[in-house]
Amino acid sequence: MTDHHIPAGDLMPEGIYPPTEEMLNEPVPEEVQERQKENLRKVWKTPEGWRYWTAVNNSEVGVWYTMTAFTFMLIAGVMALLMRLQLWVPENDLISADMFNQLFTMHGSAMMFLFAVPMFEAISILILPAFLGARDMPFPRLSAYGYWAFLIGGIFVIGSILFSAAPKAGWFMYPPLATIELGIGSDIWLLGLSFIEVASIAAAVELIVGALKCRPPGMRVNVMPLYAWYVLVVGGMILFAFPPLIAGDFLFELERSFDWPFFDHTRGGDPMLWQHLFWIFGHPEVYIIFLPSIAIAAMIVPTVARRPILGYSWIVLSAVGTGFLSFGLWVHHMFTTGLPNISLGFFSAASEAVVIPTGIQLFAFVATLIAGRVKMTLPMLWIAGALAIFTAGGLTGVMVAVAPFDWQVHDTYFIVAHLHYTLFGGMVFPVIAGVYYFFPFFRKKMLSEKLGRWAFWLIFTGFNITFLPMHLTGLLGMPRRVYTYPQGLGIDWLNQISTVGSFIVAAGFAVFAWDIVRPKKDQPQIERNPWGGGTLEWSHEVPETKWGVRSIPHITSRYPLWDQPKLVERMDAGRYYLPDAEEGLRETIVTSVIDARPIQVQRVTGPAYVTIWAAVFTGGAFILPTFHIYGPAIVSAAFAVVCILYWLWTSTARPPEKDMKDVGLGLSLRPMRRARRRWAGGRSGSPCWAIPRPLQASSSACSSTGPRTPPSRRRGPSMRAVISWRWPRRPSRRHGR
Amino acid sequence: MTRDPRAPRSLPPGLSRLLLASPLLLAACEGRQSVLVDGGADARILNDLFVVMLIGAVVLWFGMNGLFYWATRRSPAPHSQKLANWLVILGGIAFPTVTLGALLVYGLTIMPDLRATGDGPVIRVTGEQWWWRVEYERDDGSTVTTANEIRLPAGVRSTFLLDSKKVIHSFWVPSLGGKMDMFPGRVNEMTLGPERPGIYRGQCAEFCGESHAWMAFEAEVMEPDAFAAWLDAEAADAAAPQGEAARRGAALFLAQGCGACHAVRGTPAVGRVGPISPMSLAPFARRRAAGHLYGGFRQVGRQPRRVEARRRDARL
Repeated sequence: MTDHHIPAGDLMPEGIYPPTEEMLNEPVPEEVQERQKENLRKVWKTPEGWRYWTAVNNSEVGVWYTMTAFTFMLIAGVMALLMRLQLWVPENDLISADMFNQLFTMHGSAMMFLFAVPMFEAISILILPAFLGARDMPFPRLSAYGYWAFLIGGIFVIGSILFSAAPKAGWFMYPPLATIELGIGSDIWLLGLSFIEVASIAAAVELIVGALKCRPPGMRVNVMPLYAWYVLVVGGMILFAFPPLIAGDFLFELERSFDWPFFDHTRGGDPMLWQHLFWIFGHPEVYIIFLPSIAIAAMIVPTVARRPILGYSWIVLSAVGTGFLSFGLWVHHMFTTGLPNISLGFFSAASEAVVIPTGIQLFAFVATLIAGRVKMTLPMLWIAGALAIFTAGGLTGVMVAVAPFDWQVHDTYFIVAHLHYTLFGGMVFPVIAGVYYFFPFFRKKMLSEKLGRWAFWLIFTGFNITFLPMHLTGLLGMPRRVYTYPQGLGIDWLNQISTVGSFIVAAGFAVFAWDIVRPKKDQPQIERNPWGGGTLEWSHEVPETKWGVRSIPHITSRYPLWDQPKLVERMDAGRYYLPDAEEGLRETIVTSVIDARPIQVQRVTGPAYVTIWAAVFTGGAFILPTFHIYGPAIVSAAFAVVCILYWLWTSTARPPEKDMKDVGLGLSLRPMRRARRRWAGGRSGSPCWAIPRPLQASSSACSSTGPRTPPSRRRGPSMRAVISWRWPRRPSRRHGR
Repeated sequence: MTRDPRAPRSLPPGLSRLLLASPLLLAACEGRQSVLVDGGADARILNDLFVVMLIGAVVLWFGMNGLFYWATRRSPAPHSQKLANWLVILGGIAFPTVTLGALLVYGLTIMPDLRATGDGPVIRVTGEQWWWRVEYERDDGSTVTTANEIRLPAGVRSTFLLDSKKVIHSFWVPSLGGKMDMFPGRVNEMTLGPERPGIYRGQCAEFCGESHAWMAFEAEVMEPDAFAAWLDAEAADAAAPQGEAARRGAALFLAQGCGACHAVRGTPAVGRVGPISPMSLAPFARRRAAGHLYGGFRQVGRQPRRVEARRRDARL
């Protein structure tokens, strides 16, 4: 390619957009299709053997992520069973008070930080690209890094209980109890979970970028699947909710390790400060857990009703509204701290107000079912269970939002019942519904209808047997977090019922887990789109192909599989965009935020060990200070930075081999080059993308200044440039022009 | 297990009970720590609020789930989209706005009553790990200190000044009213207006460490005259132990150095670390919440088992 004139602006897409019907009707020759498929297969191949774990593709990382989060959930569930056994009879001494305190602290912390939030990110990484007809997440190595960080941090935190060294001051870690608590339990909580939160924030950034920039051409922002909207809202919430907690963790750890008295009232600190920091995170957290699960329901309901969702805009606005309001409610966790009545009134009102957007979302689902031709399926059964449980939890939520009533039931088993009703109904049931619904999508096999029904009825009845009586247990005066209770309060029989129920729930989960892991070799693969869904994830081919979509379609409808008749056929034929991978690179299309007009081709990264090392060293930087080993921690942090720099330099600074790439359907886009600004060095005022041409092997200028390396193999030019004496000479080339 | 499993339970478990056990029915049942028993105006106001909300919640739950059941099972065929749209507007926006607004007005207007200024005794309660220091201010300016037992006159609003020594606790007597947290370094004020004399149980409601489960106390609501008489008697020195067992206990108490932490007025035992037993050693025996001993002694490095055994021997 020779140097040609570049307009002062960007390298704009060239050619025809949107595609015309004639262009779409034009067949793709068979041999071209075969060649393209061969190229794609080679590019998207999952590494084998030991190198399998270097995979970064969302379909691999997503599965690891979900399975790991699910495993942590099972472990935290076993902790709950142990607690229920201890509470079987009054004054039981099966488990010591100290161990019981560790158990409930870890049960809460693990369910929140190792299951609920990671599960959202896991599921989103797994299926969001498919909803959007993208081939992968925008930053696959970041997903992999997040996963490894989560795994290491999770094992560190949850493993501590095996050494009886787990945190034991409650999942809310209130100082001064948590500051005076001896042992490393609280440090494990603060540092281990901060580590995981950092990974969560990284994942949230990636998900936001994915939802905004990696949609297929034509999928305008008001056409994108509701799940993507929820991802956007929740990602934004994570970005605002987690930093206060990380900041709080940091202050807390400074107090514990270096005696800086942020929360010590004797030296001018205030324990209330932590409560505010914790709950300004803690309440949005509840909605960070709840909204993605509602999003799963929003994908299942239209399929079941066999019609588009009703009130799409209402739902989107409500989701945004819920996310916004959720930041103004945190004080309802602190109604009994002695705040003035006027504050309580304000936060009471805000807590009631959040019911409205939540209600709109639920009513929109019911309205869709009313307007549709309903065909009940197993996933819908779980959604029905979710609705039954969640409405009960929501209604008790309305009760506890009334401040004076909360003065009675705050920190009692009534709240235990309330929060489990909201979290089972608002998270566990929809997620299981999602597992049944999406399992055929990512494994191409169905889960068992029979086992699914068994699991449902066991968990549903067990859940209600466990938690419905707990409302009464709380009203009869049983506070939370007690390792035992005296006889004669009238709560013995209620606790026995709850214990029995908890084991029924456990049996249900055993059935569910077995359904997932049982060998399915003899089972036939599914037909494509087994539920008859209308969104893009069901366009994926059976048997599974690692490339995701064969070609990236042009979308004009919210339910393209229903409304665009020849869509799947054309996608399979490679009629749409990016049907090939002739450069041997993993590619996906980047589109504009609002209108989803194609902008450029993004080269996403492939398998790498460096993400694992980066996670290991980041883990070292967080985990070693727990044991007051600061020197190696700093070294570990330095290694982590080096790993991350290496990873960025070798992946994001890859120079494209040409200015424009034909992506099909008569459209040319520029291959994306990120981290380009450095190369703008001398060319003041000109767009940064125009610069790297000197590096292209085909350019004559490059041949005189740089080594002749084939462009696709030239990794890390930025790094080379930084360390190279040639770097300062760059401006002279500008003069030469 | 410390408890003999064959021993009869106060409330036998059973399905029939479960079916019968609506909170309203149970309100009449005994429950020393129950929200549903109203020992005073505060608890009654909150009970009324609860009943209203409970009825509303049950109706709404059946409404919502009935609608869902109808749409998915009874009549899965499509209905008019207009109807469905109206459902979102009415059910999702109009109805909750009105009902929640009304509930909020109801809920918030009762707050001033529940936080009315007290006209009865002022009682300072300090949360310790894991017991309650209770100080009554007498008219002559002196204070009477007791532990793990609060006595209140019926018919007046007592004021509680709530403080904590080290960690956060929460002061709660369910049958008398709502709870309030106790922060170290900060005094929270609350009032309660008990009406019905009787013995109610209170318990720490904020997780406060190892013996949180045992941090309970008894609140005895007395006729005002009886309360005044009791407070006067309490200000005096402890009565001499009566009976052989009690005398042995008292001797053991002093001989074993218990007085280093615990105070018994009028004896050489003047410690301030542990709970106070002002009248005699008898209250130790009566308090079923003796578990605080367990935790308390663990905190100062005692052998709880030995102490418990001794306590049994001496029949304190």
